[in-house]
Amino acid sequence: MKRQRLIALFVLGFLLFNYPLLSLFSVEAFVLGVPVLYLYLFAAWGGFVWLLARIVEAPEATASSRPDPAPPPTD
Amino acid sequence: MATHVLIVDDEPSIAMSLEFIMKKQGYETDVVDDGAKALQRIEETRPDVVLLDVMLPSHDGFEVCRRIREREEWDELKVLMITAKGREEDVKKGLAMGADGYVTKPFAIKDVVARVEQLLT
Amino acid sequence: MLQGGLILAASFVYLGLLFAVAYYGDRRADAGRSIISNPYFYALSLAVYCTAWTFYGSVGRAASTGLDFLTIYLGPTILAPLWWLIVRKMIRVSKRQRITSIADFIASRYGKSAVLGGAVTIVAVAGIVPYIALQLKAISTSFTVASTYPDTAALTNAGGAAVPLLADTALYVALLLALFTVLFGARHLDASERHEGMVAAVAFESLVKLVAFLAVGLFVTFGLYQGFGDLFSRAAERADLRALMTLEPSASVFGEWAWLSFLSMLAILFLPRQFQVAVVENVNEQHLKKGIWLFPLYLILINIFVLPIALAGMMYFPDGTVEADMFVLALPLESEQPLLAVLVFIGGLSAATAMVIVATTALATMVCNDLVMPVLLRTKALRLQERTQLTGLLLGIRRSSIVVVLLLSFIYFRMVEGHYTLVSIGLISFAAVAQFAPAILGGLYWKRGTHAGALWGLLAGFLVWAYTLPAPSFAEAGLLPHSFVEEGPWGWAFLHPHALFGLDGWSPVAHGLFWSLLVNVGLYVGLSFKTQPTAVEHSQARAFVDALPVSSRATVWRGQASVTELRQLLSRFLGHRAATQGLKRFANAQGIDTTQPTWEDHLPANARLMHHAEKLLTGAIGSASAHVVVGSVVNAEPLNLEEVMDILDETQQMIAHSRELERKKRELEQATQRLQAANAKLQELDRLKDDFISTVTHELRTPLTSIRAFSEIMYDNPDLSAEQRQEFLEVIIKEEERLTRLINQVLDLQKLEAEPMTVKVEPVSLRTIIDEAVQAMSQQMEAAGVTCTVEVPDEEPGTVEGDRDRLKQVLLNLLSNAFKFCDDTDGRIVVTLRSRAEDVQIDVADNGPGIDLDEQDSIFERFQQARSKARAGSSGSGLGLTIAQRIILEHNGDIWVESTPGEGATFSFTVPRTHATDPTGDGAPATPDPTASDSSPATSPIT
Repeated sequence: MKRQRLIALFVLGFLLFNYPLLSLFSVEAFVLGVPVLYLYLFAAWGGFVWLLARIVEAPEATASSRPDPAPPPTD
Repeated sequence: MATHVLIVDDEPSIAMSLEFIMKKQGYETDVVDDGAKALQRIEETRPDVVLLDVMLPSHDGFEVCRRIREREEWDELKVLMITAKGREEDVKKGLAMGADGYVTKPFAIKDVVARVEQLLT
Repeated sequence: MLQGGLILAASFVYLGLLFAVAYYGDRRADAGRSIISNPYFYALSLAVYCTAWTFYGSVGRAASTGLDFLTIYLGPTILAPLWWLIVRKMIRVSKRQRITSIADFIASRYGKSAVLGGAVTIVAVAGIVPYIALQLKAISTSFTVASTYPDTAALTNAGGAAVPLLADTALYVALLLALFTVLFGARHLDASERHEGMVAAVAFESLVKLVAFLAVGLFVTFGLYQGFGDLFSRAAERADLRALMTLEPSASVFGEWAWLSFLSMLAILFLPRQFQVAVVENVNEQHLKKGIWLFPLYLILINIFVLPIALAGMMYFPDGTVEADMFVLALPLESEQPLLAVLVFIGGLSAATAMVIVATTALATMVCNDLVMPVLLRTKALRLQERTQLTGLLLGIRRSSIVVVLLLSFIYFRMVEGHYTLVSIGLISFAAVAQFAPAILGGLYWKRGTHAGALWGLLAGFLVWAYTLPAPSFAEAGLLPHSFVEEGPWGWAFLHPHALFGLDGWSPVAHGLFWSLLVNVGLYVGLSFKTQPTAVEHSQARAFVDALPVSSRATVWRGQASVTELRQLLSRFLGHRAATQGLKRFANAQGIDTTQPTWEDHLPANARLMHHAEKLLTGAIGSASAHVVVGSVVNAEPLNLEEVMDILDETQQMIAHSRELERKKRELEQATQRLQAANAKLQELDRLKDDFISTVTHELRTPLTSIRAFSEIMYDNPDLSAEQRQEFLEVIIKEEERLTRLINQVLDLQKLEAEPMTVKVEPVSLRTIIDEAVQAMSQQMEAAGVTCTVEVPDEEPGTVEGDRDRLKQVLLNLLSNAFKFCDDTDGRIVVTLRSRAEDVQIDVADNGPGIDLDEQDSIFERFQQARSKARAGSSGSGLGLTIAQRIILEHNGDIWVESTPGEGATFSFTVPRTHATDPTGDGAPATPDPTASDSSPATSPIT
């Protein structure tokens, strides 16, 4: 499950920080005196890291039912 | 009738000293130096007390004691074990075989005398 | 303007502090109390990603192209979620395979290929040298700015090459950094190639550069302006600055954005220094959890003030007097904030040195292990294989590599200085390490990838990279004809390095990255399909690809199998009982009442049951076999090659394991036997000791009892007759003698056991000794009615060499033993002397009860005596025979007993005529001198 969430987040990151979403915010306007794109980038970035922390630090409740295969010989 | 004490010890010097002490107390004494002879002598003389050494040739002291207790008619006979082994298990074994008391070597004369007197009252 | 001396002093103090941190880290590591074994240190060390390029260059880039500097940090952020899959796998593989660098990693994956390792090393060095040059440039430029501001004429001239070589700050920076890198990364050799001190220092530097950058950011935003709103609104008054706040809505801008994000995603994974800190220096896989989100957080923090500083710089220095790359430093200088300026300088120094130290260390490891050593080891003339101590050589190579890498960087710096900004140099390096991507990612997730594919892909990608990225920079620096970048080589436009085959309108980096990766991936995939992996490659591929527990093989079973078939299968592999139990557990979990006799009929023949059966079998036959075996009852799908290989691998492992197990079992059994024997021996010794103590105490108590009894009697009876008194005193004396004898014997034995006896060697007549011993015992024997006969051939002295007193003691011991055991009523002892050429034998025979056969062997051991058969009143400690045996053995003789139970025993011993202390001696005459008198002791010629 963690694996899938992380992959989903990766895809989300790709969407958030690329065309076309970026172009939507690339306007000459200010929110609270800060350029919209600048604000968007850092807000999305912060939200992304927050999600990432939540997923990664979540307790491993989804222990795979398969045992770890025996480690391959190192030589 | 005087009290009769049988002394069983294979060490002549110890037997000799015990004999002297018992005589001094006014008892009649008799000395043998091994287990088989002791049983035979008891049969013959019916002593009141046996001073019995543990380490004996032929039958050892425990064996002699056990055989004495097998004979109902010798119930009255008091057995005092004299053992060089002061170890707990030897004492226990002696008492289990039916001994009435024990004294360990080296002994003090007054102890032996007191134990014998105690057995006789 | 700051004093150059002040900056230098601050730099040295800072570097000293850094070294102290590293030293402390190493000390703690040596003491086993690692300070870096901590997820926060790990996360901070990952921030070695942020170099002088970040510290100075981001602002420069932001000042020219706006927000696209962020791609370098957004890429790693977007990728961060996948670290848990990719980096964790790399860590696990590297730990298992003892991988110490990225070259090692790739070489190892493709069959431990030395060629591939060397190729990766070359690519890495070529790719990273410009990057290190960038750090040198940053340090030397920032130093120049800090110490000459506001006279920045030297900078605007941009004529770096005009500075004479020996006056070039960068040279000294390079040499100093070389020294430092040797101190941090190559002070000593570590088999695991881990450098805890270095990592501690790097983590510390990450903190310093962040603090410095935040400080200058806060100062600019809230000191020079009244916050973000004020700063942005003022900047917005200028159209050129307004443009920096948005992205130009064109395909090329967004294309560039995507390419740079992608490039930095690859860079964060494959930069040698990132591999070093993230994989090689990783202490605990779990630290990755914090690193994954703390590192992007760090990136946010260090980037938040970049645009504000860039805008402020543009407003403060509208005329371009200051290079945008130096705004970070120039703004505090312009505002006359010397302390802040020093802090910024130190921050930039941190960013640069951290990168240089880690990158150079990683490169040096690769150069040494994957380039130089393989060549040296193959050069037979050097005979390195025969040398046992290579540590010094290795350290030498490592240190030289560091110096060479830094000097190369310096040369590169001199060549292209002034032509390129920090960021563009850095991107060239990024594109170089991106060439590792196909080989590594393919290697981690695609078993089919082969050595040929990886090698040729990498080399071709590298060539394209060299052609499209650094070559034009050389051309611009005048090292290649300028027409090369203007029109293409020899005027062939389709080979234009920035527009290959007419692909125009892309930035050089995106262009170069596209072509190089296209060629690289194409060759990797194509050749991998065309070539067959070797056996080593195949097993390495499995080790890499299957490094993390794979859930894909936990197939959801389709189709149906009958419960009966599964049951039979389980019984066959697990046995009836285990199979029933396993099924019962499943049934219980399904809520089936297993107390009913027909419970098995209620089992659902579904996928979960099959999965359960597979799990049960996995424990017995391994996962691959279990999968196939269960598959065999589900449907008749033929095995594919992969599955066969899996089974083979598992079987091999199992055979190896069971062999190992068998060997271990045998060793264990042997050890157990030895232990048991030792234990029995100890118990025996313990028993003997107990017996000894009990015997000795008994033997001590008997005389003591007599002595005490008679003493008391005499004390209590002063009126005893003189005769009686005399008799009792005799008893006391006799008993006291007995006591003394016993004590002496115990002491004798003690002495014999503690030290070898010193045998006095003199001619001894055994005949005389027999006579003396018998004489000594005669009184005792007479009293007991024992007769003793001595049979010695006439006139035979029985002369031997030996110790008279000791030999007499032997005889006395044997005699008293015979006396003790001989017949009660008619005791008879016979002593016989037999004379032979080489030795003399003496037998002492008694007519006692004899010795049982099983006692004969141990009769000479301490405290062994057939006590029950001892004659009444005889005394003995059980030591006599032991002492006799010791003495005879010291005389090189022999002692033994022969006995038939019931017919007495005969103890015999022999003493050689000549006492040879040295068996290889010069052979003294074996025949005795019959005339030798025992009264004239002679000194032995041998002793």
